[in-house]
Amino acid sequence: MTTTAPTDDTDLARLRTRLATAAQADGTLDVAYRTVDSPVGPLLLARTPAGLVRVAFAVQDHDAVLQSLADTVSPRVLRAESLLDDVARELDEYFAGHRRTFDVPLDLRLLHGFRRSVVEHLPDIAYGRTASYAEVASATGSPRAVRAVGTACALNPLPLVLPCHRVVRSDGSPGRYAGGDEAKLTLLALETTVGAAA
Amino acid sequence: MKEPFDRVVQTHGATVLRVCRAVVGPVDADDAWSETFLSALRAYPDLPDDANVQAWLVTIAHRKAVDVVRRAARHAVPVADLPDAVAPTEGRDLDLWAALAALPTKQRHAVAYHHLAGLPYDEVAGVLGGTAAAARRAAADGVATLRRTYAGTLPTPHPGGATP
Repeated sequence: MTTTAPTDDTDLARLRTRLATAAQADGTLDVAYRTVDSPVGPLLLARTPAGLVRVAFAVQDHDAVLQSLADTVSPRVLRAESLLDDVARELDEYFAGHRRTFDVPLDLRLLHGFRRSVVEHLPDIAYGRTASYAEVASATGSPRAVRAVGTACALNPLPLVLPCHRVVRSDGSPGRYAGGDEAKLTLLALETTVGAAA
Repeated sequence: MKEPFDRVVQTHGATVLRVCRAVVGPVDADDAWSETFLSALRAYPDLPDDANVQAWLVTIAHRKAVDVVRRAARHAVPVADLPDAVAPTEGRDLDLWAALAALPTKQRHAVAYHHLAGLPYDEVAGVLGGTAAAARRAAADGVATLRRTYAGTLPTPHPGGATP
């Protein structure tokens, strides 16, 4: 196609914002998303009309995550910055050390069975504290399912908000993290520092 | 499996905007574009996976453009109806729009869908009705007129689309 004039890019950005607003009013915006910068890299945030449905790290490949949302939730996916302003603000507050829990509504439709019960238990681990995979397995009522707890944490669709980073190895070492080992250390250090200062 | 609709907007948004401007003019193009993509978003889950997305969007844009023109004719003149933010026209080829606007409607549509959207003539015929040969003739007549009436460089046909 012929090259796009710069004014076209401005016009298209404006038209896309207008489209997202109209689609939301129309009830046909099934998945709204945006990205935000954070101390653990760019984060993809996606929500349905029911609530926040997915948080993803850059290492998880945002394009691939959007494709999987199109496949599993709905292909009616649009970028809509303003619809995720509340989530972005709470994350900002969290990273600034001013927030310990999240209040935004959550849509847990990507979670089923054992994985769901594990992830639902995660907020029981207080800010600044950790629990071992074995302790989470016990809390979930399946003390022998330690490896399955690890898998459930690795596949947590709402990291940060549902704090799988607080689940560590029994010897106290951090263990793996979907956002990368370094991201897990950053989060644990943030919560330790802020928690100790309080 | 379908790609996220956002990617459809990313891929085809600029082309659909160019087509809307050619068909309804720069002022109403925003409305035509918005209505096209909103309508496409509604229908997207039911679109067959192997559908030609560009041809599908142009078909919707064509219908919306006809609506927009019809509505504009009904609400002719009232100055108070100006959009809140008048789109800047700088950088846009208003002479080309003026030359396109002077064409008979069918020729203008055929030129836009073949030369701007890059649809082959059988798909242009699918949008406009009639035969591929008639679509080819309308586009050729339109381009012949534009060569006389328009001083600038005409858009080159879409590389994937078209044999003029």
